[in-house]
Amino acid sequence: MSATVITITSGKGGVGKTTATANLSTALALLGKKVVAIDADIGLRNLDVVMGLENRIVYDLVDIVEGTCRLRQAMIKDKRLEELYLIPAAQTRDKTAVTPGDMIELIDQMRDEFDYILIDSPAGIEQGFKNAIAPADRVLIVTTPEVSAVRDADRIIGLVEAEEKGPGDLILNRLRPDMIKRGDMLNTEDVIDVLAINLIGVVPDDEAIVVSTNTGRPAVIENGSLAGQAFRNIAGRLTGEEIPFINLDGDDSFIKRFSKLFKK
Amino acid sequence: MNVFSRLLRGNQQTSRDIAKDRLQLVLVQDRIHLAPEVMHELKDELIQLISKYVEIDRDGIDITLTKAGRRSRLTADIPVVGMHQK
Repeated sequence: MSATVITITSGKGGVGKTTATANLSTALALLGKKVVAIDADIGLRNLDVVMGLENRIVYDLVDIVEGTCRLRQAMIKDKRLEELYLIPAAQTRDKTAVTPGDMIELIDQMRDEFDYILIDSPAGIEQGFKNAIAPADRVLIVTTPEVSAVRDADRIIGLVEAEEKGPGDLILNRLRPDMIKRGDMLNTEDVIDVLAINLIGVVPDDEAIVVSTNTGRPAVIENGSLAGQAFRNIAGRLTGEEIPFINLDGDDSFIKRFSKLFKK
Repeated sequence: MNVFSRLLRGNQQTSRDIAKDRLQLVLVQDRIHLAPEVMHELKDELIQLISKYVEIDRDGIDITLTKAGRRSRLTADIPVVGMHQK
């Protein structure tokens, strides 16, 4: 097995990178894949808490890079699933503690062991982002349908292309069908028109996500939520399955328009 | 968004329409930042160059930066009024 390394980034903070990383890692593990999620947001550790693994941290990413521990020692196994692991970020260091070269070396050590390696990028365009995309085979860009988020996503897509990791696939997060119908929110087509990259998923704004972060149980684990379903669909598409998009725009032309984007 | 609700609004712009327009504009600027002075120089040199070959209406020239997919497009719209006398 040789892993596919996927970095999840956005530019703008707070649009759902960590939520996406947690849910996609879990969903892929639920599909029977062997997955490791890596929190590359050094100094602002979050992936552990969203995945409910915060009490199990002994070593972290910086410890591995500095040789304080072996790779295996920093990997936390999620006991709820077959083959899901987490490498947490350091909390008391910052992004300069790791270089893009360190990240490439680290990932190379793990490629043979896993099906998927998911890297949660920090917000921004500096060292943390560069560290996170250095080892990527593919990049997912998360945005919400808001002017500032889309603008930052555009910049990030440009940087990803400049690093020759592009162009990336888009996850459009926190859509509100009620606002779209009223004409008070950009719809999927608007965002894709402007960013001009492939769409890999649309996720509705869903209270279930808040609840899932409260409990440390990613939404994909239960069957009840639309956001959970959306993330499971994205995970399926990552493995090559063709899955129709959930209609969040409230009109039929959406489905016809995006039917050619079912692939991937 | 359906035609009916648009009719009710009397074809006024929704906030989504405004957002889309603003985004298009801001992204063109973000992607290619040509300072106004530089744009001016570009226009002047372009006029000089084209004028070597044909006669043009300098006041009718329009040079715009627009978006095309992930790229930008510089379009020069130049009215040609005649050929140079030999």
